Amino acid sequence: MEYFLQQLINGVTLGSIFGLIAIGYTMVYGILGMVNFAHGDIFMIGGFISVITFLVLGLLGVTWVPFALVCMLLMAMMFTSIYGWAVERIGYRALRNSNRLAPLISAIGMSIFLENYVQLLQGARNKAITPMLQGGVELMTSDSGFTVHLGYMQIVIVVVTAALMAGFALMIAQTSLGRQQRACEQDMRMARLLGVDVDRTISLTFVMGAALAAVAGMVWLLYYGIIDFYVGFLAGIKAFTAAVLGGVGSLPGAMLGGLLIGLIEVFWAAYFSTAYKDVATFGILVCVLIFRPTGLLGQPDIEKV
Amino acid sequence: MPMPKRLERPMADILKDAAITGFIAFALALPLVGFQTVDQASAIVLQTRFPQLFYAVALIFTGRLLLLFCNAGLARPIMLVTGAFSVLWLVNAFANFVTVNWQTLNFLTFATSTVVALRAWVLMRRRAAALTERGKDVMGERIAVAVNRLARRIGPFIAAFAVALPFMPFADQRTMDIGIAVLTYVMLGWGLNVVVGLAGLLDLGYVAFYAVGAYSYALLSKGLGFNFWEALPIAGGLAASFGIMLGFPVLRLRGDYLAIVTLGFGEMIRLVLLNWSALTNGARGIGDIPRPSFFGMPFTPAPPPGITAVHQFFGVDFAPIHRVYWLYYIILLLAVLTNWFTLRIRRLPIGRAWEALREDEIACRALGINPTNTKLTAFAIGAMFAGFAGSFFATRQGFISPESFNFLESAIILAIVVLGGMGSQIGVVVAAFLLIGGPEYFRDLQAYRMLAFGALMVGIMVWRPQGLLAHRDPTLRLSKRPAPDGVPGR
Repeated sequence: MEYFLQQLINGVTLGSIFGLIAIGYTMVYGILGMVNFAHGDIFMIGGFISVITFLVLGLLGVTWVPFALVCMLLMAMMFTSIYGWAVERIGYRALRNSNRLAPLISAIGMSIFLENYVQLLQGARNKAITPMLQGGVELMTSDSGFTVHLGYMQIVIVVVTAALMAGFALMIAQTSLGRQQRACEQDMRMARLLGVDVDRTISLTFVMGAALAAVAGMVWLLYYGIIDFYVGFLAGIKAFTAAVLGGVGSLPGAMLGGLLIGLIEVFWAAYFSTAYKDVATFGILVCVLIFRPTGLLGQPDIEKV
Repeated sequence: MPMPKRLERPMADILKDAAITGFIAFALALPLVGFQTVDQASAIVLQTRFPQLFYAVALIFTGRLLLLFCNAGLARPIMLVTGAFSVLWLVNAFANFVTVNWQTLNFLTFATSTVVALRAWVLMRRRAAALTERGKDVMGERIAVAVNRLARRIGPFIAAFAVALPFMPFADQRTMDIGIAVLTYVMLGWGLNVVVGLAGLLDLGYVAFYAVGAYSYALLSKGLGFNFWEALPIAGGLAASFGIMLGFPVLRLRGDYLAIVTLGFGEMIRLVLLNWSALTNGARGIGDIPRPSFFGMPFTPAPPPGITAVHQFFGVDFAPIHRVYWLYYIILLLAVLTNWFTLRIRRLPIGRAWEALREDEIACRALGINPTNTKLTAFAIGAMFAGFAGSFFATRQGFISPESFNFLESAIILAIVVLGGMGSQIGVVVAAFLLIGGPEYFRDLQAYRMLAFGALMVGIMVWRPQGLLAHRDPTLRLSKRPAPDGVPGR
């Protein structure tokens, strides 16, 4: 029971990271119908910018942890969203009316480019930072001496994620930008006819997705304390799996899918084998696509001829 | 430089546009270029690279400015200046008149100048021919048609050269190794071309079948004593059945889902190879894989009594390179086989069905083509060729491990197909030469190879989404009159 509870806590923490990345996939897919393969690398860049901000803060002598965390969050979101914008402007805008494969191939190229760009500039080795927030609450101890540990960092992660997701959902539902976005998702041409600036809306979608991915990157760095240039590949695929599991195009679906993938991965590693935990994720992706291609919360997608 | 009489766009506008680009470049480069994380004894420390940062931003600003001037009617002088700069840079790179620090930025300067020169040239051509935006397409199409025609004419010479390569005076160990590497990728590219180019299925896990072929041969030959030619069809068959097994459930999916699922499968197979130590020896890989023999005759300096070695059979002195020649001929044969098979099957109903499916799946379904079975054949045939290539890889290297079969390998093969032009056989050869042969020669560019791969994939998709040398010959013409010169009917 205690072991189960501990895994549940770890799974929710990991799942909220995947959920943050998955939102970026799902929003872009909803509007453009393309898989933004480079999104995992945007997440990785967010992590690297957090490392650099962390070191800059260290040089400036900032030691108050909450201030440092907010600084890292803002810097990572700001600079990473510019990357998100640039990726769309350079790689995808020209291909908007092209065949289906062209944007995907361009996205793969973008992903390879970004990985090697970061590797060239920052080196191939792992970047580790000293933990910023240690300690936690001990919830309960079993008879055999196993203690359920809830780290402060885990609390911060889940709270930040939940707050961001709530704010984000509110924005999509209430603001004019959110309405424009949903209009583009339903019918881009009609939205344009009604005066929606489609280019701007799509750009902003990428910016928001990248900002959320940057938060995920920072959280990943704080949670694991380590990041390298290749981390975006696997995390990106898992987040994509989460988006598919929840139903591509659906925001609550992405959050739910992220949580589920995080839980599945942690429980699989805890009860079966660590070696095959990634195989489990891919297996789920395949099963979902075969048996329920629309995902848990997705709308069936009708192809018009 | 003669000053222009009138720009087609106000100067202030141009400067503003370039300044915005420069500012964005600055924001992009500030965290990752401006600061560098350096590993030191116990922790990482930060170093600044502000001069490089400002140079990079200035470079992007200048490049954008020049491009805007090109668009405003200054294409010719700009092309002359940047073109001359690029040529001088190349001369300097070989002759080393001036030594430059900052290797990367130095190279970037060259790249920027070349891109601007090319762009200016394209603009000039377009203006001269008064071509519209659609004209871009026509020009690319013309180049593709010309290259394809040329390929048909000089194809036999290339083939003859490939056959004669081992007898050339310059065919040393290194040249032959590069030749073998290029041919392996040509074969893989042709195999993947069936799946991506003809059937239009984006397969990001192609390397999985390559791995299946390699491990099949390694296990068959080490465990059961099969020789290369006995194991080859089995390896191909195994890879094909893997293709069917993996393809059957997922081929109903739409293009981009399929791509991600195949990627997942590729990673799954790699993870299984890595963790199933009882069969595959895990991360340590399989070594001492038997090398191929020449019709049962081994390539050894001193064969055991009763067995003739190859050099004794031919009555020449023993040289280790003889085996390399033989390996080269094996892969040449396999590659030619792949090409011949593809060219023939394109004319059969199944080949036509592939191309039709790529163009319009719904129309195909309406015409009574079973999309799943048709896609499955393409998938299986592509996988089979990857299996053949994998067996060859295992026998050539003598050692295989899961590390050789990662996603990057799939991406490289895909890049070869995409850059060459999906569906174009000669395009694959050209791309394999550029992407595999080039970096093998210029070892110091190794670090930039993948960077350039990525940039090229994006650039070519943006410029020509159907691939560089892609050209679709209409399979059926309704009238006897040929299509207007170089422009196939649409």
